[in-house]
Amino acid sequence: MTENYTALYEQHKKAGASFTDFGGWQMPLKYDSELAEHHAVRNAAGLFDLSHMGEVWVTGPEAAAFLDYALVGKLSAIAVGKAKYSLICDTDGGIIDDLITYRRPSPEEGVDRYLVVPNAGNAKVVAVALRERAAGFDVSVEDASAETSLIAVQGPNAEGILLELVPAEQHALVTELKYYAAVDVSINGQDLLLARTGYTGEDGFEIYVPNVDASVLWEALLEAGEGQGLIPAGLAARDSLRLEAGMPLYGNELSRHMNPYAAGLGPVVSLAKEGDFVGKEALAAIKAAGVGATLGQKLVGLKGAGRRAARGHYSVLKDGSLIGEVTSGQPSPTLGYPVALAYVDVEHSVVGTVVDVDLRGKAEPFEVVQLPFYKRTK
Amino acid sequence: MSKVVAELKYSAEHEWVAADGGGPVGIGISAVAADALGDIVYVDLPEVGSTVTAGETCGEVESTKSVSDLYSPVTGEVTEINDAVVSDPALINNDPYGAGWLFKVAATEEGPLMSAEEYAATNGGEL
Repeated sequence: MTENYTALYEQHKKAGASFTDFGGWQMPLKYDSELAEHHAVRNAAGLFDLSHMGEVWVTGPEAAAFLDYALVGKLSAIAVGKAKYSLICDTDGGIIDDLITYRRPSPEEGVDRYLVVPNAGNAKVVAVALRERAAGFDVSVEDASAETSLIAVQGPNAEGILLELVPAEQHALVTELKYYAAVDVSINGQDLLLARTGYTGEDGFEIYVPNVDASVLWEALLEAGEGQGLIPAGLAARDSLRLEAGMPLYGNELSRHMNPYAAGLGPVVSLAKEGDFVGKEALAAIKAAGVGATLGQKLVGLKGAGRRAARGHYSVLKDGSLIGEVTSGQPSPTLGYPVALAYVDVEHSVVGTVVDVDLRGKAEPFEVVQLPFYKRTK
Repeated sequence: MSKVVAELKYSAEHEWVAADGGGPVGIGISAVAADALGDIVYVDLPEVGSTVTAGETCGEVESTKSVSDLYSPVTGEVTEINDAVVSDPALINNDPYGAGWLFKVAATEEGPLMSAEEYAATNGGEL
């Protein structure tokens, strides 16, 4: 696989980042201390380069009907300016990717426009699947991933930092922007799409910006955030933040071999929406069989009793028998104890159940707890 | 670049050994290893009075992102452990050759060890 570099690669190098491959991209893992970056997001603000994420524009008179067919949710029901978390599944119900879809204003009468944001490693696969599924619909599918950068400002100070770069007459657009909504605003003199979304469990924003303008925006944000505790944060912090927030990561909790019902994402699937959609028959059968409820496995949160952390692929045991597998785990920087996500047999998935995780040969107790592990106080 | 201290000897598993004129030798992990691990949040050390064997695991070091075994670079009896790093493992990141030392051993035998120059040449790091 050829390595991809974001438009901000030089900025990261200059800042002393150590890099890691993620979905075929060289991404900053951390700049200095991933713990400091994690705490900055919880207590002040962090700046993330998410340009490895995909951006696929879906436009046309039948854009809404097409997305209702291609994805498992009812995207036609999103109001203009709002966003929705959804999944794209295979005909067998396996998860191809999880994505956020934004409904944008109509470019012209009778034409709808959506922005679909897949994960880095799946961007091409999703774009291809959407094009295939578009056959017979009056819609265009345009993959803008290669030209588009994505910068996130996350943390309690995110709004204040953004306001520094937004003209006063547009401040209300930012302050009144709801979670899972997006708006076109002028940021540092550039007209950009600003979304109140994130993957950290904190308040925060994601800004879509053309590659050519990304560096200027990155520097402007760093400067605006200087007095407000903003520091650049890498994928290590992003992973620990999303884990505390109980959010799944594609490749860990979600894959082609996992289905929405076992993953706890049943409510994302709209079996009741009008018409057919890809995976509907399989998903209806999986739900009817009780997968994730009375059959098979279910994704749960685990809290460690000791100090040693469970890690991905470690075995989950009950009375010495294998009952599941950890998908993500590490010591929680905010909470101070080990947290993990794991698929376990449904009969052991009830909150309060104590199970063991095999930590390199030694069974250590973990308790099934309610997700998320961490919830911010508003 | 991670620092490599000239006066110490190093194992292939990134432990450093400080010879102390016939007394117990101090042992820790190199800055190269500490940087690679990331922020260390948990350390499990051998018990005082136990015997460690060169090249064998005697504990573990866990960071937010990963966990790795701790190998003893020498054979002998553990005479002292650094309680401060057990309660504050970040000392290993902040001062791996000083306040972040791990344990001391009355060494009867050394495993294969490298000079600082050899270690820096094979593992990166700055003398």
